[in-house]
Amino acid sequence: MSRRPQPVFLERQGYRRRRLADAARLLPILGAALLAVPLLWPRADAPGGGVPMSTAFLYVFGVWAGLIALAAGFGLRARRRVGRGEDSPHGPGPA
Amino acid sequence: MSLLNLVVAVCLAYVAVLFLVAFAADRLAARGRATWLKSPLVYTLSLSIYCTGWTFYGAVGYAARSGLEFVTIYLGPTLVMVGWWWGLRKLVRIGRSQRITSIADLISSRYGKSNLLAIGVTILCVISITPYISLQLQSITLSFSALADFDPESQYSEGGVVFWMTAGLAVFAILFGTRNLDANERHHGVVTAIALEAVIKLLALLAVGVFVVWSLSGGVEETLARIDASPIGTWQVDGGRWASITFLAAAAFVCLPRMFQVMVVENDDERHLRTAAWAFPLYLLLISLFVLPIAAVGLDLMPAGTNPDQFVLTLPLSQDRPMLALLSFLGGFSSATSMVIVAAMALSTMVSNHIVMPVWLLFKGSGASVSGDVRHVVLMARRVSIGGIMALGYAYYQLSGGGAALASIGLIAFAGIAQILPALVGGLFWRGATRLGTLAGLSVGFALWLWTSFLPGLGGGLIPEEVMLHGPLGLAWLRPEALFGITGLPPIVHSTLWSLSLNAAAFCIVSLFTFPTPMERLQGAQFVNVFDHSAGPSGWTGSVAKSEDLMIMSQRILGAREARSLFAQAAAEQELPGQLPEPTPGFVERLERVLSGSVGAAAAHAMVGQIVGGSAVSVEDLLAVADETAQMLEHSSQLEAKSAELSRTARQLREANEKLTQISLQKDAFLSQVSHELRTPMTSVRAFSEILRDTEGLGAEEQKRYATIIHDEALRLTRLLDDLLDLSVLESGAVSLNMREGSLADVLDRAVAVAGAGFDAPLSVNRDRAVEAIALHTDLDRLAQVFINLIANAQKYCDAEAPALDILARVRADRLEVDFIDNGSGVPADVQAIVFEKFFRVSAEKAGGAGLGLAICREIMQRLGGDISYLADHGGGAFRVSLPLAQRMAAE
Repeated sequence: MSRRPQPVFLERQGYRRRRLADAARLLPILGAALLAVPLLWPRADAPGGGVPMSTAFLYVFGVWAGLIALAAGFGLRARRRVGRGEDSPHGPGPA
Repeated sequence: MSLLNLVVAVCLAYVAVLFLVAFAADRLAARGRATWLKSPLVYTLSLSIYCTGWTFYGAVGYAARSGLEFVTIYLGPTLVMVGWWWGLRKLVRIGRSQRITSIADLISSRYGKSNLLAIGVTILCVISITPYISLQLQSITLSFSALADFDPESQYSEGGVVFWMTAGLAVFAILFGTRNLDANERHHGVVTAIALEAVIKLLALLAVGVFVVWSLSGGVEETLARIDASPIGTWQVDGGRWASITFLAAAAFVCLPRMFQVMVVENDDERHLRTAAWAFPLYLLLISLFVLPIAAVGLDLMPAGTNPDQFVLTLPLSQDRPMLALLSFLGGFSSATSMVIVAAMALSTMVSNHIVMPVWLLFKGSGASVSGDVRHVVLMARRVSIGGIMALGYAYYQLSGGGAALASIGLIAFAGIAQILPALVGGLFWRGATRLGTLAGLSVGFALWLWTSFLPGLGGGLIPEEVMLHGPLGLAWLRPEALFGITGLPPIVHSTLWSLSLNAAAFCIVSLFTFPTPMERLQGAQFVNVFDHSAGPSGWTGSVAKSEDLMIMSQRILGAREARSLFAQAAAEQELPGQLPEPTPGFVERLERVLSGSVGAAAAHAMVGQIVGGSAVSVEDLLAVADETAQMLEHSSQLEAKSAELSRTARQLREANEKLTQISLQKDAFLSQVSHELRTPMTSVRAFSEILRDTEGLGAEEQKRYATIIHDEALRLTRLLDDLLDLSVLESGAVSLNMREGSLADVLDRAVAVAGAGFDAPLSVNRDRAVEAIALHTDLDRLAQVFINLIANAQKYCDAEAPALDILARVRADRLEVDFIDNGSGVPADVQAIVFEKFFRVSAEKAGGAGLGLAICREIMQRLGGDISYLADHGGGAFRVSLPLAQRMAAE
């Protein structure tokens, strides 16, 4: 049960790894924010007309694909680090 | 061959292939060779049961009606998967370490293994999912009838299709979902079949999409233009619905029993999540990529009034592409069947574990201790449950008439399942969440969902029009679609808002005001801090590596030679070359038995489970290990006590033996001494009496002198014999005590006077008469005899230049203690232990008496109820006489 005392400061590599994990954790928040953007668009009955569906389609699927690419990027980076045996047993805990 | 007959034949062949795949995967998994079955790819594909027939057909219909809103159903899960680090990782870790079998089991385990909660969650799930199952049946039926419409020569009967469909799916689920009872509830066969179906449905939808975009529309640009020109050509999405459906989909993705089954229960390796985090969103993106084009083109090309839900099927048919239609049909069929099978399996696990088994055990009483017996019953309960759930779905389909009312049931089911979310999230992240809080939250959420969403959504007039418009009993603020007078919200947003917010509020408030039981607190800590308690992700590393791990562990416990021979024997039995056997269940079981002989059953199970199952140790395991350890500790402490006792006894024996040897030596020495003592006076008595007899003319003076010598020697002999006699009388206990009243001072006076008489240089005796005024009730003569002996001994043996004796009397706790301490060198340490033995004398040279004095003293004191002891730490010779005063007290 006893958690190994974790160092207060990390060397550069460990620091990078933790920030990478932070970024991975922020990803869904970024995604939710970007996917909420269409709610700000003018409605179809607004003066000047609404946003064409093709634009909406491209935006939503573009954001979607971007999220997937970022998640895949983080996943592969993390796996390479695990492959080099850098992952701490507790993972990047609440640093 | 007509199209419909071809479809039926292809369906049957497809199901047969699925059977074969599932069967082969089960076989491979049982032999531990199914490496690729446990890859992240299969895991990701198995997650695709999220995309049901509702997705396959319904998404296009949804898009045709509401534009891009359909995508929220897939955006929710995408966000959850992308954010796997926040929750899913913890969920999967807990599922593995606690051996969770279902979402109901998870909630129940977290809140102190409460079966009431498990039953509640199970009922909620069954009520939400049953209509969802009938939705799948409907989608298959509709696709059949769509095909039948294009086949002029068919005699199609809808009722027959639904019935046989239901029965077939039930049989499939029973065959592969309940073949065996695995502790981990994993079903490799089913998961593999689902993965195959996932590929089929994706390929089918992509094929139709490619056909629509490149063949019908002529390219991407044209397709986009066509979308903009269609009735859904402008962005018009209700913000509330957009957000709340995304949220509902995210919640349902985690809480749906079938998703929980494939995501948590069937998970082989936590690290698969890392891959699925991007791969599954990619799958969802691909599945939804062509939905909008298909909808737009369908709306454009198909005659008005065609059901948009069937565009995926009818569009290729109308363009005279029967093979594409067949593929599309297979895709829809796959989506519906995989969902139904897994949902039925997951629900049956919950129903049998939390409802049927407790009831059965209750009726069975305590007689259910035979494990084989219970396994059989559990399997039977699962099979019956699957049958029951499928029958419910079928009945619901028949009751609802399979109409349009079913179309909205998907979201309603999501809203119902999402009621578990507060309990789940609270349970994972908040240690303060309690069982009662969960119960309150679930009840409130469930009731509100039933009232605002489920019952109105079912249609068929379950809630009268009157109540819908004016509320029950005229209470307008209880109107199902306008609670508390808030109108104007879309029904699903309204229902989600109220049920989930009040659910969460009840959960938090009741949790804050109640106190959890110890079990709840224990489980709470286990769940919330699961990363502190469980080992890191330990993946499947190949069977040989597993055998090696087992070997290493066994060597530590059994010893290298035994372990090696055990493994070699098992390898020989499995007809494998080399020393390492496959970790088959049989071998692992045997190994566990062997190990349990050394470390206890629970510890062995935990250790083997750690290596083979990859699952962490549960609380019960730990408790059992602790019990065993406690027993072993107790056992070893008992052994320690026994061994200490033995060594103590041995030491005492050794001491006794030493004493005996010494006494024996003294006895020998004394015997020669006694014969010498007797011989010396006897010789002089004989010699002087011969002189008196034979010598003529002895003077009177001389005669008197010789007679005196003879007399003295005779006295000496008499004294020796008296002492021996006295001792034997005392020892035999035949002595009669003459108890009288007197004072210690008098006795001491007498003793000092008698002992000092006849010495040229009497030693100086120091006394404190003030404290000697102690009344006694004892045999005063005998006591005086002891004192005389001690004083005379000091007189005789004290080797100081000015011999002195201190006599100190004191009363301590009803005992009189009199110390006799001289200023000589005392008794040598090596003989202190035997100073009171008979025939003991410090040295033969100072032979004053026969060495019986102190032995007599001890006997006397013991007769008087007291004792005499040598005080080793007083410098000179020091004796302590102690005597109880109880008799004196009694006399007064």
